[in-house]
Amino acid sequence: MSVFDLAQQVRTKQRRAIDVANDTLAAIDARDNEINAFLHLDAETIRSQAERIDATVDAGGDPGRLAGVPVAIKDNLCQRGVPTTCASKILEGWKPPYDATVITKLTQAGAILVGKTNLDEFAMGSSTENSAFGATKNPIDPSRVPGGSSGGSAAAVGADYLPLSLGSDTGGSIRQPAAFCGVVGLKPTYGTVSRYGLIAFASSLDQVGPFARSVDDAGILFEVIAGHDPMDSTSLNAPAPDVMTTINDGVAGLRVGIVPELIDGTSDEVRDRVVAAQEALVAQGATLVELSAPELRLGLAAYYLIAPAEASSNLARYDGVRYGNRVDAPDVAAMMTATRTAGFGDEVKRRIMLGTYALSAGYYDAYYGQAQKVRTLIIETFARLYAQCDVLLGATTPTTAFEFGAKTADPMAMYYSDIFTIPSNLAGHPAMSVPFGVDGDGLPIGVQLLGPALSEPTLFRAAKILESEAGR
Amino acid sequence: MSEARPLDASDVTKVASLARLSLSDAEVERFTGQLARILESAAEIAELDLGDVSPTAHPLALANVLREDDVRASLDRDEVLSQAPSVNDRRFSVPKIVGEAP
Repeated sequence: MSVFDLAQQVRTKQRRAIDVANDTLAAIDARDNEINAFLHLDAETIRSQAERIDATVDAGGDPGRLAGVPVAIKDNLCQRGVPTTCASKILEGWKPPYDATVITKLTQAGAILVGKTNLDEFAMGSSTENSAFGATKNPIDPSRVPGGSSGGSAAAVGADYLPLSLGSDTGGSIRQPAAFCGVVGLKPTYGTVSRYGLIAFASSLDQVGPFARSVDDAGILFEVIAGHDPMDSTSLNAPAPDVMTTINDGVAGLRVGIVPELIDGTSDEVRDRVVAAQEALVAQGATLVELSAPELRLGLAAYYLIAPAEASSNLARYDGVRYGNRVDAPDVAAMMTATRTAGFGDEVKRRIMLGTYALSAGYYDAYYGQAQKVRTLIIETFARLYAQCDVLLGATTPTTAFEFGAKTADPMAMYYSDIFTIPSNLAGHPAMSVPFGVDGDGLPIGVQLLGPALSEPTLFRAAKILESEAGR
Repeated sequence: MSEARPLDASDVTKVASLARLSLSDAEVERFTGQLARILESAAEIAELDLGDVSPTAHPLALANVLREDDVRASLDRDEVLSQAPSVNDRRFSVPKIVGEAP
């Protein structure tokens, strides 16, 4: 059932929110010992939210657009009084004293906040294997990773526990797990969704976005969480894009750009599905424009300097003083070192050190400075492409979901999973992964739609066509 | 532009210390290999001639955001302190920062 229909049923008492809550809990209970999508979940809190929603309906009120719809939350979003860990030992047991703006918006829309989902520690990774609390398994094939870093949120929707979840995407952390788990995932335009209460990884790249079973459901969740927020000084001071009004308008006349840099290097099966997606859009009236953008290939190297540089600064705040855990030592410097050494996992340490190095005297110009200039090249390249097409279509990931341990020994092999998703983050543009068939092992394949800033309405129109054609 | 040279164990020890991380000898060795390999892939951009290109630090053209200077609620002090590792007299508490006078 669609989110729209579910909310409508709850609003008209055809279905009670408490029954939705209990069904969701039963689905999670039946399978999450195996999948491990959730780091925190409290049945009483879920039921009491549902009872409040039912009481609002009983009193003749409207709980909101997501009345009684269960939503899972990536555990790097602050929820007041609810354990928020970023899947790191350094924050284990911490309860934020405030709600992220997206949490406030979900509550005001009448959603049931179901719990906090697993991720790679501080959102650094592409498989959830970097979680300090154990990896999440892919619900389609539990011998494989769900992707990452928002693997728990993707798996919760992929396992059909609930229709919606929130993730964050710094270099592909929504789109890559969405592709691996066979769900829809959107990285919105930078600044359209508030980052207030999103625990920072790389502030110029991070963006909160939806996971959903369907394109329509993703559109509703995006509209609920988007909008200007005075609490986030990088929030766009413009109305959030309205995607639902035009979502069924089709793709007649749409110019779809195809660049080898967003396809080359994939497995044959992934490539075949991208070609099939091109054909599906053309069959509905779109035209293909063959273009080339070699600069996009530089995005991966630039990202793995810029994101660690920003992370090394952002994660300096975990010093054992104001929140999180502390390892005692006789003086403050030793306490901070002992706390950080015990509290952070290997990937987080790797990126902090890489970022510290890239920013240090003597290397700043060669690494961070050059990466910032490559970022300009990528933005200019996209501007050139979008002068000739309306959207770009390519692969979300080079492969389908890989097995546990396949890439843990070699950080660069893991980073390569993000080759197609990173350019949109560097440019601040929106991009979306849409399920489009499966490979020979039955593993989901995602295709990626990219567009210029604030082109979400166009992406959703194209995604809707792909969704309806995916089974053919 | 400064010339990038291969990263070695002394660099890793130094950045770890700057970042307030303590590494065992085995970790220094492992991280040195991994970080060197990541920086090798960064060499492709370190070597580009981008003299005329201006750097981008952020995707939006940011300007200072101002608001009226009026009183608003802030976080609850006791709730914040309840989450701190150590509190003394309603303040964050840390081990000593400066040593005894010689």
